[in-house]
Amino acid sequence: MSKTRLATAWLDGCSGCHMSFLDMDERLIELSGAFDLVYSPLVDFKTFPEAVDITLVEGAVSTTDDVEKIHLIRARTRLLVAMGDCAVTGNVPAMRNAFGPDAVLRRAYFENADLQQQTPLVVVPKLLDKVRPVHEYVSVDLYLPGCPPSAATFHAVLTELLANRMPDVASLTRFGA
Amino acid sequence: MNSEELQQIAEAVRLEHEKYDYEINVCMGAGCLAQHSDKFKDALAKEVESSGKRCHVRSAGCLGLCAAGPLALVDPIEVRYGHLRESDAKEVIASLGGKPVERLEMHLENYFQGQQHVVLENCGRIDPEKIEEYISRGGYEALLKALTEMDPQGVIDQIAKSGLRGRGGGGYPTGLKWGTVAKAVGSPKYVICNGDEGDPGAFMDRSVLEGDPQRVIEGMVIAAYAVGATKGYIYVRAEYPLAVSRFSASLREARRHGFLGANICGTPLLFDIEIRLGAGAFVCGEETALIASIEGKRGTPRTRPPYPAVSGLWNCPTLINNVETFANVAPILRNGAEWFAGMGTAHSKGTKVFALTGKITNTGLVEIPMGMPLREIIFSIGGGVPDGHKFKAVQTGGPSGGCLPEEHLDLNISYDALIGAGSMMGSGGMIVMDDTSCMVNVARFFVEFCMTESCGKCIPCRAGTAQMFGLLSKICNGEASHQDLDLLIDLCDVVKNTSLCGLGQTAPNPVLSTLRYFRDEYLEHIDHHRCPAGVCACNARTPKAELAEVTV
Amino acid sequence: MSASVDVKTLVIDGVDVSARQDQTVLDVARENNIFIPTLCHLEGLSEVGACRLCLVEIKGSPKLFPACVLKVEEGMEVITHSERLLHYRQTILELLFAERNHVCAVCVANGNCELQTIAQSQRLTHVRLPYRNPKLPVDLSHERFAADHNRCILCTRCVRVCAEIEGAHVWDVMGRGIDSMVITDLNDPWGSSSCTRCGKCVQVCPTGALFDKSKVGVSHPKSPEFLPYLNLMREEQ
Repeated sequence: MSKTRLATAWLDGCSGCHMSFLDMDERLIELSGAFDLVYSPLVDFKTFPEAVDITLVEGAVSTTDDVEKIHLIRARTRLLVAMGDCAVTGNVPAMRNAFGPDAVLRRAYFENADLQQQTPLVVVPKLLDKVRPVHEYVSVDLYLPGCPPSAATFHAVLTELLANRMPDVASLTRFGA
Repeated sequence: MNSEELQQIAEAVRLEHEKYDYEINVCMGAGCLAQHSDKFKDALAKEVESSGKRCHVRSAGCLGLCAAGPLALVDPIEVRYGHLRESDAKEVIASLGGKPVERLEMHLENYFQGQQHVVLENCGRIDPEKIEEYISRGGYEALLKALTEMDPQGVIDQIAKSGLRGRGGGGYPTGLKWGTVAKAVGSPKYVICNGDEGDPGAFMDRSVLEGDPQRVIEGMVIAAYAVGATKGYIYVRAEYPLAVSRFSASLREARRHGFLGANICGTPLLFDIEIRLGAGAFVCGEETALIASIEGKRGTPRTRPPYPAVSGLWNCPTLINNVETFANVAPILRNGAEWFAGMGTAHSKGTKVFALTGKITNTGLVEIPMGMPLREIIFSIGGGVPDGHKFKAVQTGGPSGGCLPEEHLDLNISYDALIGAGSMMGSGGMIVMDDTSCMVNVARFFVEFCMTESCGKCIPCRAGTAQMFGLLSKICNGEASHQDLDLLIDLCDVVKNTSLCGLGQTAPNPVLSTLRYFRDEYLEHIDHHRCPAGVCACNARTPKAELAEVTV
Repeated sequence: MSASVDVKTLVIDGVDVSARQDQTVLDVARENNIFIPTLCHLEGLSEVGACRLCLVEIKGSPKLFPACVLKVEEGMEVITHSERLLHYRQTILELLFAERNHVCAVCVANGNCELQTIAQSQRLTHVRLPYRNPKLPVDLSHERFAADHNRCILCTRCVRVCAEIEGAHVWDVMGRGIDSMVITDLNDPWGSSSCTRCGKCVQVCPTGALFDKSKVGVSHPKSPEFLPYLNLMREEQ
C-alpha cells in the first residue's frame, strides 16, 4: 500500500498547532512510516502539490492570500482537517473583527513603527474585512478544536486517519483545550 | 341601574334623535383624524347652524374603509362620503334633502355585501364617548341580563355553547378559559383585557377601543361576574393615545352609571378597571409577559404551566382575553349562544374582524363571518389588487403568520384551515401583496420584526432570529449559497421547537410559508443573484467578485 | 399504585424512577445520574427556563419541555437523549458561541467554563453559524471583580443570585433581544454601583463573563455549590 500523502498548511495562526504537532516527538517517527509529508511550513516545498490525501490547516482566513491558498488546498485535498481553534472558530485572529483591519494596520505600521510609517502595499497581502474560520470558505471534513490541540490529540487523530478511520474528536479535545 | 332606567336612557336618546332629519357620522378614528376629519366635522357643524337644517353631526368611530378617509356616513339615507375636505362641508349640507354629492359619494355595495357586523355593529354609528348612545343600541342589556337572570356558571355555559374562541390569535375556547378561572382557587381574581395590538398592519382592536369602548367594558364586567373577579386591567399600547383617552373617558362614564365600582347595577358585584399602558414592547402581547409588565417588572414571558388562569397576575387566578373577544361577549348574551354559533364553521364560530392592508383597493377594517373564502375577502370586499398588478400572496397572522399564494385563496377562513395551510388566524392583520413584492424580502421583514421585538430571554429566539435575519439578508443580497439556505431551514426548525414563548415559536413561520409556496424565488436569488420582483439589490457581491476585488 | 400520594413513578430514558410529587424531571434525572445539560439552572436559584438546553421529549407529545420546570407526573415517559434533542442542543450552543466573542483560548475561565464543558459533552466541534463578533465593553471599574460582556450568555444567574440570595438586586437586564445586556444598577459602572462586594455573582457565573481580577492568568474555578447550603441554613433559622 502506498503511503498517505500528508500536508500541513499555515494561514493566520501563531504556529502553535504546528509546534504541538512536533511535540509528538518520537511518536512522530513511529507514525512517519505511514505518510509522506508532501507540503508543510516545516519542510521546504514551494507549491502545494496535487492529489494530497490529508491536509491539516492551521489558522483562520484573514487575508486575500489565505483565501487563494485555502481554495487551492481544498481543490487538491481529499480530506481537509481544520487544525486548532483559529481554523475552527477564528479564535484570536478574529478578535479584530469587532474593530476592523484598519485599526490593526494603524497599530502595527504607524503606532508601533518609528521609521517609515506607512501601510505596506506589496508583499504583505491585503487584510480581509473579517477574519473567518476555514469552513466559511471551503468545506471541511474534520474539525480539531484546541488552542493548540495537544500532542496526544494529534497522535490519536493521525493514528486513526492514517488507518482510514474517522477519529472521535469530541472525546479528545475541545475549544480552548 | 336597572332595566327601566336603561330603557329611559335609550328613550331619551331616541327622543333627542327624533329632533333631526339627518345624522352625519364623521369618522374620528385615528386614520381619518390624521387626515383632519375633525376640521371637516367642525365645518359641518357650522354649516348646519347657518343652514338651519335639522341635522345632527356626530363624532363617530371607525367607518371601515380607511383608504378613503376622511369618511362620513349620512343616516338615514345611508350615503357614504369619502376623501372629505373642510371645503366640502357646505356642499354636503346643501345636498341634504336632495341628491347626494356625486363627486364625494362612494359606492361600496361590494365592500359591505358579505360583511357581517357583530363586533363593529356600533362602530361609526355612535359617539364613542357617549355612553347613552351605546345604551340606546342595546348596550348593557347583556350585563343586566347576566346579573339578574343568570348565575356565573350560566354565563360561562352560554359563552362555551356559543363556540367563541380567543380572538387574539391562539383561538383557545373562551368558555373553557372562563371555566378554568372560575374554578381556580385563590383570591382575588383578575380580568385582563389584552389591547397590546402590535402586529404590523393590524388595527382591529384600536378601532374597537376608539369606536365602541363601552362594549369592551361590558364584556369585561360580564367576565368578572362569571369568573368571580374583583379587579380588571386593560393593557393598551401607549402608541394608541386616542384609544386610551376614549377608553378612560368611557371608564368614567361607566362608573358614573354604576356599571363599574361597588354594587354594579344594584347587585353585590364589585369590579373596577384600570388602564395600564404598554411601553412599546411587542412581546408584552404574550400573556405572561403582559402580566409581568402590569406587575411593574421587565416584560418577559415565563414558562407555562402554571397558566395565568391558575396563577397569573400577582400569582392569582387571572382571565386574559383580547379586546375583540370581550367585544363579542355582550352580543352573545343578548342574542343567545345559538345565534352566535349559527355563524361560522364547525369549529370557528361567529365573525372575525380583519384589517385589510397592503396592495389592496379597499384598505380598511372588515368584519366577516368565519368560513368566508379568502378570495371573497380580498377580491370582492377588498376590491382586489389595484393598478393592474397581479395578486401574489396574502399574509395573515402578523409576524407569526404565513404567506398564502393564489392557490389557497379558496380556503375558508377558520382557525384550523389557516394553520393547516401554514399560516394562522392571528389577531386579524391581513396584508395583501402583489407581483411587486419579493417574498424573500417579505420574510426578511417579518424576521427582522421578531428579531428586534425578541425580549432576549431565551437563546433560540434571541440569537436564532438574529442569525435567521443575517441569512435572509445574505439571500436578498444575492450572496447566499445552498448551504446557507439549508442552515436557514435548520434554524427555523430549532427556533420553532425550542423557543420559550409564542413569539419565538412562530417567528420562523413567515420563512417556512414563503419557502413552502415561493421556494423558486429563494432559488432565483441564490442561483442567479437575481430578485424576480426587482425589490432586492442583489447586484451581487458574490464570494468570487469579492475575491477579485480584494486581490492586489 | 400504593396508597402513598406523595410518590410518583415515571420512566426516564427507559429507567423506572420514583420521585416526590413536587420534584422536577431535572431533579429526578440528576438523582438518578442521568445527565441533562443546563446553563441557566442553578440549584438554589429560581428557575427561568431560558437556556432551553434541558428540553426533553415526553412520549405522546410532539412538544418539548424544559426539564428544569417540568413537574413529574405519574406514568410519564421522559426521553432526555435523542438525535433530535442532541441536534437542538448543539444548535443552541452554536447560537451562543456565535452570539458574542467567546474566545476560549484567552478566557479567564478556560478549563473551568460550563459553556465549554457542555459544548464538549454535546460533541460540538465547530460552529456552522457565522460569528457575529459584536463590539462589547469590559467593565473593570470594580476593585475586585470584572465583567466581560463578550463572554456573557445572559443566563441571568447573577441577576437572580443578587436579588434572591444577597437581596441587593444590583444586577438586572437592559435592552431587548440580541442587544440585551446585564447591567449593575441603572447601567452604572460596577465599581460605583450599590454592589455589596459579596462576590456571589462571580461564583455562579458559568463562563468568564464575571471574574475575580486576582485570578487573571491563573486557574479560576467557580464555586456555586454554596447556594443550596445557604438556603438550607436560612430555612432552619
